Amino acid sequence: MRRILERLEALDRRIIFVFIFLSIALPLLLPVNMEFSVTPPVKSFYDAIESLPPGSKVLVSCDYDPGSMPELFPMNVAAFYQLLSRDLRVITIQLWATGTLLTERAMSEVLEDLPDKEYGVDWVDLGFKEGREVVMVSMGTSIPKTFPSDLHGTKVKDIPIMEGVNTFDDVAMLVNISGGLPGTKEWVLQVQSRYHVMLGSGCTAVSAPEFYPYVQSGQLVGLLGGMKGAAEYEKLVRRPGTAQRGMDAQSVSHIIVFLFILIGNIAYFSTKGMKKRLKV
Amino acid sequence: MRREIPIAICFLAGFSFILEYFIPHKQVLSVFETIRQWAIIVIAFAYVLGIANIVRINFHAIQRKQRDWPYKVVLVLGVFFMITVGVFFGGIGEETIFGWVYYHAQYPLQATMFALLAFFIASAAFRAFRVRTFEAGLLAVTAVLVMIGRVPVGEALWKQFPDFTEWIMNVPQLAGKRAIMIGAALGAISTALKVLTGLERTYLGGE
Amino acid sequence: MPLSETIGIWLGAALTLCIFSFLYRDNPFYKFAEHLFVGISAGYWATLEWHNVFLPNLWEPLTREGRLLLLVPFAFGILLFSRFTRRFSWLSRWSMALIIGIYAGIAIVGYGSGDLILQIRANLLPLWTDSWLTSFNNILLTVGVITGLIYFFFSKEHKGALGGTAKVGIWFLMISFGASFGYTVMSRMSLLIGRVLFLLKDWLRLVD
Repeated sequence: MRRILERLEALDRRIIFVFIFLSIALPLLLPVNMEFSVTPPVKSFYDAIESLPPGSKVLVSCDYDPGSMPELFPMNVAAFYQLLSRDLRVITIQLWATGTLLTERAMSEVLEDLPDKEYGVDWVDLGFKEGREVVMVSMGTSIPKTFPSDLHGTKVKDIPIMEGVNTFDDVAMLVNISGGLPGTKEWVLQVQSRYHVMLGSGCTAVSAPEFYPYVQSGQLVGLLGGMKGAAEYEKLVRRPGTAQRGMDAQSVSHIIVFLFILIGNIAYFSTKGMKKRLKV
Repeated sequence: MRREIPIAICFLAGFSFILEYFIPHKQVLSVFETIRQWAIIVIAFAYVLGIANIVRINFHAIQRKQRDWPYKVVLVLGVFFMITVGVFFGGIGEETIFGWVYYHAQYPLQATMFALLAFFIASAAFRAFRVRTFEAGLLAVTAVLVMIGRVPVGEALWKQFPDFTEWIMNVPQLAGKRAIMIGAALGAISTALKVLTGLERTYLGGE
Repeated sequence: MPLSETIGIWLGAALTLCIFSFLYRDNPFYKFAEHLFVGISAGYWATLEWHNVFLPNLWEPLTREGRLLLLVPFAFGILLFSRFTRRFSWLSRWSMALIIGIYAGIAIVGYGSGDLILQIRANLLPLWTDSWLTSFNNILLTVGVITGLIYFFFSKEHKGALGGTAKVGIWFLMISFGASFGYTVMSRMSLLIGRVLFLLKDWLRLVD
């Protein structure tokens, strides 16, 4: 028994890696499709968009990179889908350079289901701008001066959807898909607290716990946290995607990690106790 | 004057942003708006400086045939290839060569780099996560409750599990995070004031 | 599916496996992929800066609209590169000071209003309400925030009443760290799910 526990404590980490890989791969190959309910922060995010009258303009800032794509891309797609299918006008920007092509791809996926949506009228991509918080504050004074042209080089004054859009007062809501810095925290600090625009956030699970205070204080109207948040949101907009797909694997992998923590501690304390008894 | 002028620039630039918050007059705002537009351009130059530095350091390593120098050739070639196709051959759209390389090279590389963390966090949890004290136990129990409660299997085990997890996130967890947030805000403000008033000068580097 | 897409998927799978090979041990495939990633990423950023900042915010207004005042930020930007010379590297401090000063000013305003005042205001909750659960939650929140803040007060030794209060604060902080750990595990597993799904679905076509 003592030998088993000692060997367990000194287990080669590559065996752990194999278990983790199998805990992800097997549920994807053999899905069970476990049911799950929607949590209040996600429902609030969805309801906030549902409450906007058709024709309202929504600014969507897609601030993420391929490193957080499995969590945020499904949210991005679902958000674009909900916004456009409710006839809301989408103005998208990126504060991460890596977000530009990902935003384009997300929009391409949505436009396959909503082909009647017209660029420049129903949605526009103003592209990436360097400067992080400086860009956010600058948009508070003038969005056209901060983004003089869209991603394709067209002057914003020539784009129909941008007519009458000068500051945050001219957008009904701000949606931020956030992979880190700059992201939701900076939007809350620099924009929401100063200009009081309605702000909803989709973020990685790593960041989600620190944004709960913003939800409670009302600085965020809703929060999508991680892949689970994305899956719940996909359920609400009725557009199943990769987030819902990954929930089985998420469940099994979490159980495996929990078992690793448990076994690791049992092995540690048992061998520690045995060593103590041997000394005595 | 080599240190005094930068300190003065730092103070004026920062103070203008603070002043703008308290003086929302149109004429005043337009002056600060100009400074902000300038800042966006200068910050972009700073990023290009960083990239130029990467190329410079790796170029020197290639010249001196330092350890792993062939890989540094790949690095430098990668930089110039992306700039060449992006600036001179078709732009940066989804249907361009630039876009193709992004989707089929950069995206899988970056996504997989981060995916490695899943293996390492599991390995660390097994080898290093030891519940030696009451506080560590509190951390462990909360982690397990949140991990299981936030996935569908938790709801399958106990229907109220998601609500209980949500309560943990909305009350005790929130209290801890808010305390950290307020403390960090005070620290950030005091550090920023030290920078603006010239008490903190490490950004100037050595003489 | 177009040939370019098929080649792209195979390239993506190969690069994914190169990175995963690090799990066995460090090897030339991983090193190649790692250096390729750094190079491509750096080139990508530079190109995006060119198309999204230099052209629309500097070059076009300067050359087509005659806004000569933009020569000022252009000069500040060029000054940054003086760091590469030994004789004139001190000039780059002017540009660095501008950037640092701006972010310092922004931090004071942002953290002051967003994180300090509004968060304190949000914690001023009624401790006695019609619902016992709401009252309990509000009391717990208030106690948690205050004791947590007391823990961070290091000007006095944590002894006696202060020490006891700080200990309660640590408990709340441990709960928040535990929740963060749980969410971090969730996040990391999600990233791996994304890559495995790509390998099984897009590359090997074993799942729909």
